[in-house]
Amino acid sequence: MENLIAPLIAAPLLGAAVLLCGGRRLDKAGHWIGTALAVASFVLGAVLFAGLLGRGAEDRTLVQHLFSWIPVEGFQADVAFRLDQLSMTFVLLITGVGSLIHVYSIGYMEHDERRRRFFGYLNLFLAAMLILVLADNYLLLYLGWEGVGLASYLLIGFWQHKPSAATAAKKAFLVNRVGDMGLSIAIMLMFTTFGTFAFTPVLGSVGETGEGTLTAIALMLLLAACGKSAQVPLQSWLGDAMEGPTPVSALIHAATMVTAGVYLIVRSGAIFNAAPDAQLVVTVVGAVTLIFGAIVGCAKDDIKKALAGSTMSQIGYMVLAAGLGPIGYAVAIMHLVTHGFFKAGLFLGAGSVMHGMNDEVDMRRYGGLRKYMPVTFVTFGLGYLAIIGFPGLSGFFSKDLIIESAFAKGGVQGWILGTVTLVGAGITAFYMTRVMLMTFFGEERWRNLPAASPDAPDVEPAADHGGVPHPHESPKVMTVPMIVLAFGSVFAGAFFGIGERFVHWLEPVTAYEHGHPPVSALTVTAATVTVMVIGVGLAWLQYGRRPVPVVAPRGSLLTRAARRDLLQDDFNHVVLVRGGEHLTRSLVYVDHTLVDGVVNGTAAGVGGLSSRMRRLQNGFARSYAVSMFGGTALLVAATLLMRAV
Amino acid sequence: MSASAVHGLWTDLAAPAAEPIARIQAPTIEYAQLSPVLIVIGAAVLGILVEAFVPRRARHYTQLFVAGVALAAGFAAVVALSVSGYATTEAGIAAEGALAVDGPALFLQGVILLVGLVALFTFAERRLDPAAHGNRVDSFAAQAASVPGSDGEKAAVKAGFTTTEVFPLLMFAVGGMMVFPAANDLLTLFIALEVFSLPLYLLCALARRRRLLSQEAAVKYFLLGAFASAFTLFGIALLYGYAGSVSYARIAQVVEGTVKEVSPALAGTMGNDVLLLLGAALVTMGLLFKVGAVPFHMWTPDVYQGAPTPVTGFMASATKVAAFGALLRLLYVVLPGLRWDWRPVMWAVAAVTMVIGAIVAITQTDIKRLLAYSSIAHAGFILAGVIAAKPEGISSVLFYLAAYSFVTVGAFAVVTLVRDAGGEATHLSKWAGLGRRSPLVAAVFAVFLLAFAGIPLTSGFAGKFAVFKAAAEGGAAPLVVVGVLSSAVAAFFYIRVIVLMFFSEPTPEGPTVAVPSPLTTTAIAVGAAVTVVLGVAPQYFLDLATSAGTFVR
Repeated sequence: MENLIAPLIAAPLLGAAVLLCGGRRLDKAGHWIGTALAVASFVLGAVLFAGLLGRGAEDRTLVQHLFSWIPVEGFQADVAFRLDQLSMTFVLLITGVGSLIHVYSIGYMEHDERRRRFFGYLNLFLAAMLILVLADNYLLLYLGWEGVGLASYLLIGFWQHKPSAATAAKKAFLVNRVGDMGLSIAIMLMFTTFGTFAFTPVLGSVGETGEGTLTAIALMLLLAACGKSAQVPLQSWLGDAMEGPTPVSALIHAATMVTAGVYLIVRSGAIFNAAPDAQLVVTVVGAVTLIFGAIVGCAKDDIKKALAGSTMSQIGYMVLAAGLGPIGYAVAIMHLVTHGFFKAGLFLGAGSVMHGMNDEVDMRRYGGLRKYMPVTFVTFGLGYLAIIGFPGLSGFFSKDLIIESAFAKGGVQGWILGTVTLVGAGITAFYMTRVMLMTFFGEERWRNLPAASPDAPDVEPAADHGGVPHPHESPKVMTVPMIVLAFGSVFAGAFFGIGERFVHWLEPVTAYEHGHPPVSALTVTAATVTVMVIGVGLAWLQYGRRPVPVVAPRGSLLTRAARRDLLQDDFNHVVLVRGGEHLTRSLVYVDHTLVDGVVNGTAAGVGGLSSRMRRLQNGFARSYAVSMFGGTALLVAATLLMRAV
Repeated sequence: MSASAVHGLWTDLAAPAAEPIARIQAPTIEYAQLSPVLIVIGAAVLGILVEAFVPRRARHYTQLFVAGVALAAGFAAVVALSVSGYATTEAGIAAEGALAVDGPALFLQGVILLVGLVALFTFAERRLDPAAHGNRVDSFAAQAASVPGSDGEKAAVKAGFTTTEVFPLLMFAVGGMMVFPAANDLLTLFIALEVFSLPLYLLCALARRRRLLSQEAAVKYFLLGAFASAFTLFGIALLYGYAGSVSYARIAQVVEGTVKEVSPALAGTMGNDVLLLLGAALVTMGLLFKVGAVPFHMWTPDVYQGAPTPVTGFMASATKVAAFGALLRLLYVVLPGLRWDWRPVMWAVAAVTMVIGAIVAITQTDIKRLLAYSSIAHAGFILAGVIAAKPEGISSVLFYLAAYSFVTVGAFAVVTLVRDAGGEATHLSKWAGLGRRSPLVAAVFAVFLLAFAGIPLTSGFAGKFAVFKAAAEGGAAPLVVVGVLSSAVAAFFYIRVIVLMFFSEPTPEGPTVAVPSPLTTTAIAVGAAVTVVLGVAPQYFLDLATSAGTFVR
């Protein structure tokens, strides 16, 4: 059965190769080929899943050794895949959500003349992401890691004619490089420490290694995770990444790729378990990002950027949970899966709204759209209820478990983390309600937009694509994936959560300890629901009861800062860009004066010596003879001298 | 000799023989083992007879045929001897101790024969110069004896004379060079030195164009060569005084102290170390002159520039092979017991040679002078291998010589192609943009330059690597550092020529690349092929050099 793993990856890889090399003759059929291969991959994944279910819980690890990648004495790396419960979960999420988004993109990208290329990139992403989660060693994982980075770069900058998209792609790539350096250093450390890259020997011999080394490896892995999963301090690229087409935002920058960091931490759980200091850092990063993303999400008027802030915040939850150790790993993955459903659904909903609104993204120019887009409204609404943790829906189960686990950490840390997660849940309810109200309720602000005037240069002209928009429901090819995802948003949490089905499924891989919070689970749940209701209420007070101005008010200091992503870019600019410029300038100075000086000086010195010595060659045979005579005398003298000493 | 003995000599002669004269012991000559040398010298003599008896019209092709066949036959004989084991198990001394037939001798003779054959092709090239009065002309003066610019010269040109004597001269030089590394006593060494030097002096003077420069070069070469020969001869005399013999084996034995009996006539001097050191230094100096090591190098640029380019190519490659062969034999067979005396001195010579050769080459503006200084630097690199005083030193030098000689002969063959109205355009400024107009010629020349610079995948890299490796293992690591730094400096001026050829704008009235006959084409192709093959797959030839790397004594 393990022989099916390679075809699972090969299908989208083949799709990418065919679509990207096939040229224009595939323009008509390209999207169908890409979608078919994604679905094929999903079907293979489902078959493998059925196979795994047919085995005993401890027997659900399949390894397929394909070939020896780098067969060097003392440096062995294989192309080998490992399918266990953890990677199986990811395979189903990636191929399942991936297939739905392929279908959705058929409609969304219908008018784009580079649609074939878009599907090629999507398939490339699927293949790379599958390699990432199925790799049996860190080196192969790194290949997938870089592969998804490449696909992400290509897709963010897909509309490369827009300077903002090109810049965003570059920014994402550069920020990710920082994280990738962390991963490569971690892998090098692993190699010098353990002499191998493969999961089983590395994670199995953690006990024989000093804590210092393990902490170093764990922190480097965390750096990698921060880059890929947009955690503070490497979070700045995710907001700009929304320049990519919306299906990309849904698939890569919400459901799958950005969660790769969580996968990495959970996969390397053995290392983190043995490095408590690193675990603490992980929880801190998660907690900070959770609040950071939520605050940013509250202030953004761009629907996709608001959702991006939310993504950042939700991944913060996952990272925080992963930092809790065995009580949190399975919970983190569970939230990851439910988040994959509802966040992908929300993004597709946002895409559907934009599709009907002439690609307008500013929520202040929406309003009252529920009448015009009923399907989008319902699916988006179900996703909304799921993310705020409405009792019974997906997010309720998974987020509640995280909050419980955070409290269960124990001691002061447990209280702090628990409180942060609770507050985060409240803010989540606030900003998501804000999105919901501004988009689907209230007055239809898009009807009477102010014309662009020199007095208000901030206001963009409404007519990007001509005139007042005519909101309309999207075609079936787009709504059906949204409906499917909405089902997931509603039922996945209950399916996973009741009877702890999901955590027991993952238990053989991640181990699981049921956390015991200092207060009863019921109290935590009650608090969560209360906080959620407060958040919704506050949002309704501000955005439901009062009309929403089309032009954003100046806002408080915090709002203004949050609109600028809490000054992350300003910080990066001042500290890193300016600092880097100063550093390079001084290096250039050193290079020009010192290095070039030495090089040019040497060259000039040799040249000068050359012209001086040339003069000895004066053309007179007598001078030559004297030189020979003198040379002979020296030769003789030196020989005699050597004998004498 | 006592007085009575002298008296007896006279009386014996005066009186009729009372008893039959004891039969003169005829020397045993191993003709088969000497056949390569005999074939070449025989062909040289035959070439003189051709000059005397064959009509002028037919001489060119007759000479080319005789010389070509003789060089090929000589090479075949070398191969046959090597295959029969004379390079390894059967190696021995021939001709009453005058010549060694062993691995290094046969290897170097083979290289000299092949280089000689390639050089012969460039000698015989008659399509590069425009025809004079309807007669095809080669690179050599119409009539060597006519005064440059005189009426006699014009008449000779008009009559279509060519100096076909260059072929027998070349053959004599090749013959002498073949004996040189095989010489097993000091007198044979000296005779061989003169046998190949004298034809070279003459050949240098024979340029068809720029004859005054050519004659000046020849005179300088002759004067300085004679000067060096005198030192060599003096050294030989001192060594004879030291050992009572000119035989290499005998001198080595005396140096080692295994021979104690003192010939009565030399009782006063024999075993005197001062004589040994002086003699060794002077003979070594003569050989260093021939290889062009600093400070005996000053003839090199003037002579290389003035001599007809085919002669320069031959001289730069084959002379170096022969002289380094002789130097190796002298240092490894005769003077190994003196190693601790000559090694430091040779270190210094090698280091100075590399550095000065590389540095002075930087400011050269004439391609032939540039290659002359490059050959000086290369002499330094080879010396580094010679100094290793290990078996690897011998084999690495053998390989380097084989690689270097083909690069050199090929590079000078390319120089003969680039011409303007005044003949060869050797000034570097005229080579600007050559790659645009004649990409193939420029590319081949670039390959040769890269090989000189020692860039990987050319024979120059393999050779330099082998030599430096041997030197480092022989304990001369500082010398290797100097060598690598000099290589870096040298790379500058080689690459500069490549840059000049490919990345500079061509000059409006730049030179043209003449279309050569198949002769020069073959010469260049062989040079390039050997350069690339020895660079890409050097192992077979390194093994060959290693198996040939043992001197017989």
